[in-house]
Amino acid sequence: MAGLELLSDQGYRVDGRRAGELRKIQARMGVFAQADGSAYIEQGNTKALAVVYGPHEIRGSRARALPDRALVNCQYSSATFSTGERKRRPHGDRKSCEMGLQLRQTFEAAILTQLHPRSQIDIYVQVLQADGGTYAACVNAATLAVMDAGIPMRDFVCACSAGFVDGTALADLSHVEEAAGGPQLALALLPASGQIALLEMDARLHEDHLEQVLEAAARAARDVHTLLDRVVRQHVHEASILLGD
Amino acid sequence: MKETPLSNCERRFLLRAIEEKKRLDGRQTYDYRNIKISFGTDYGCCVVELGKTRVLGQVSCELVSPKLNRATEGILFFNLELSQMAAPAFEPGRQSDLLVKLNRLLERCLRNSKCIDTESLCVVAGEKVWQIRVDLHLLNHDGNIIDAASIAAVVALCHFRRPDVSVQGDEVTLYTPEERDPVPLSIHHMPICVSFAFFQQGTYLLVDPNEREERVMDGLLVLAMNKHREICTIQSSGGIMLLKEQVLRCSKIAGVKVAEITELIQKALENDQKVRKEGGKFGFAESIANQRITAFKMEKAPIDTSDVEEKAEEIIAEAEPPSEVVSKPVLWTPGTAQIGEGIENSWGDLEDSEKEDEDEGGSDEAIILDSITMDTGVEVSNIGSQDAPIVLSDSEEEEMIILEPDKNPKKIRTKTISAKQEKAPSKKPVKKRKKKRPAN
Repeated sequence: MAGLELLSDQGYRVDGRRAGELRKIQARMGVFAQADGSAYIEQGNTKALAVVYGPHEIRGSRARALPDRALVNCQYSSATFSTGERKRRPHGDRKSCEMGLQLRQTFEAAILTQLHPRSQIDIYVQVLQADGGTYAACVNAATLAVMDAGIPMRDFVCACSAGFVDGTALADLSHVEEAAGGPQLALALLPASGQIALLEMDARLHEDHLEQVLEAAARAARDVHTLLDRVVRQHVHEASILLGD
Repeated sequence: MKETPLSNCERRFLLRAIEEKKRLDGRQTYDYRNIKISFGTDYGCCVVELGKTRVLGQVSCELVSPKLNRATEGILFFNLELSQMAAPAFEPGRQSDLLVKLNRLLERCLRNSKCIDTESLCVVAGEKVWQIRVDLHLLNHDGNIIDAASIAAVVALCHFRRPDVSVQGDEVTLYTPEERDPVPLSIHHMPICVSFAFFQQGTYLLVDPNEREERVMDGLLVLAMNKHREICTIQSSGGIMLLKEQVLRCSKIAGVKVAEITELIQKALENDQKVRKEGGKFGFAESIANQRITAFKMEKAPIDTSDVEEKAEEIIAEAEPPSEVVSKPVLWTPGTAQIGEGIENSWGDLEDSEKEDEDEGGSDEAIILDSITMDTGVEVSNIGSQDAPIVLSDSEEEEMIILEPDKNPKKIRTKTISAKQEKAPSKKPVKKRKKKRPAN
């Protein structure tokens, strides 16, 4: 990777974007007929699929049921063909477990679980192609799927990744930028109130630059929110046409 | 064993105390517990105590072939284990969520931040590299495992010495510790994790939560920094909603704390180095004699007692003497007494039989005494003199007092401290013990 400039002198990144620009986002809701809610999102080359089942009765041990709220169960799976080299262990490795835990934490905070006591909501996310920003794509896809399932949430949950190179904060990192080893921040935001549902950062970043990077990630998450909002409205509009409204 | 749930009153107590900005162990909001670092005989072995949380760290190394896509870099492997002795809830199959979370956090904190120079671990490019393995075991869980574990990992890595290797052309010679002194690892910086617990919907935070505080907190934010004020990892967990300002404030606090802890680590390493060089005794065996490792010692909290006497006399001079009669026991039958009225029965209407009992009790003659009398040695004979058999309870109370009517009342005075002390040995607690009512 020597000689690959992540940010050129004119301010262009490897794929020609500007520092704060997002990749092209395309999303669709209601992809599967079987599931209660489903969504598919493409962020640049990162493709993620999310499926939601619920709220339904607790599967397995009844003892896990919470008397006042719903249980949110998240599973993250990344296809073996999703990365450049074929992955040998698709399930059960620590990274997938951790992602599942983080998704659960994000959605437990956003979904109004008090409305469905003693029930369970399942969110399954599958990454078909990983080109950086997989956590963000998963969260965005899951948000759309939960909305498709009709489960009430406090607000959209929009996520975006951010990095820091040469004194500038970059938004929406691609795989090349992530692999370069610089600091990476993943942020999941509720846009209306500006509350952070999940914040995760790796690699060294000086404290003075933290605010800049946080700001870039928050701005990018708000841009994602605008796009997702448009997608949801479009979907509802299509559905209402079909219903003959 | 399933974790014992926290009772509602305990939860409420903790939350109320936190609302009043008080912590159970008397710390301030940004105070850490005492950190103690001790080293073992081998290089790379250490025990870190953060309050009562104890983590054992051990570093070992091995020559292996490198990963295919990173042929010139050594391999770092971290493993944190929650030993079953740490908490009753830790069982071999049951801890996966917490374990995954902690392990991933440690890995990200130590590996992604590149605190160890992995290129220096390469011996022969593409063929032989050092694999450094850090094993951490949690020995006692009293909250804030991640901080203690990160300190233990960093200290163990700094303390570790790997065998010296020399490469001449195609020949690789591995020297034993006797032939050549082992070489320390090249460490760029020391990332230390600092945990913040959030309460009251994220408005109030505490540093270094202990186990009880962790159970009632809303959420946790972990920040790993090094002393150059570079943030190595941030991880928020527990579903709290954060604001950007809170995160920035936490990073400032973490900077201060990490500087202190890094200093402590340096000092501990230097001390150990000195002891080893001077040929003194080192290792865990030494700590046993000083009761440092094998005992939970309550630390002596320094209290200023210089003006206690004056204050005490002041208080006594101004206070009024208490009323002379402390209590008036109502004697129902020999051996059964009642002190006070008791709270009203809030159980509602019980069955009729209970009511009858109470009526019966009320009709007994109530003898009111003026004071409490003691009579311990005579209880056996007293029991023998009763008509009906009295069932002795299985309780392990040492003294059993039977109240006798018609004894000279003794006055109790608590005017001065010295008099009180005088009273103490002779005054024994009156215990009301359950027994079957003698058949009337």
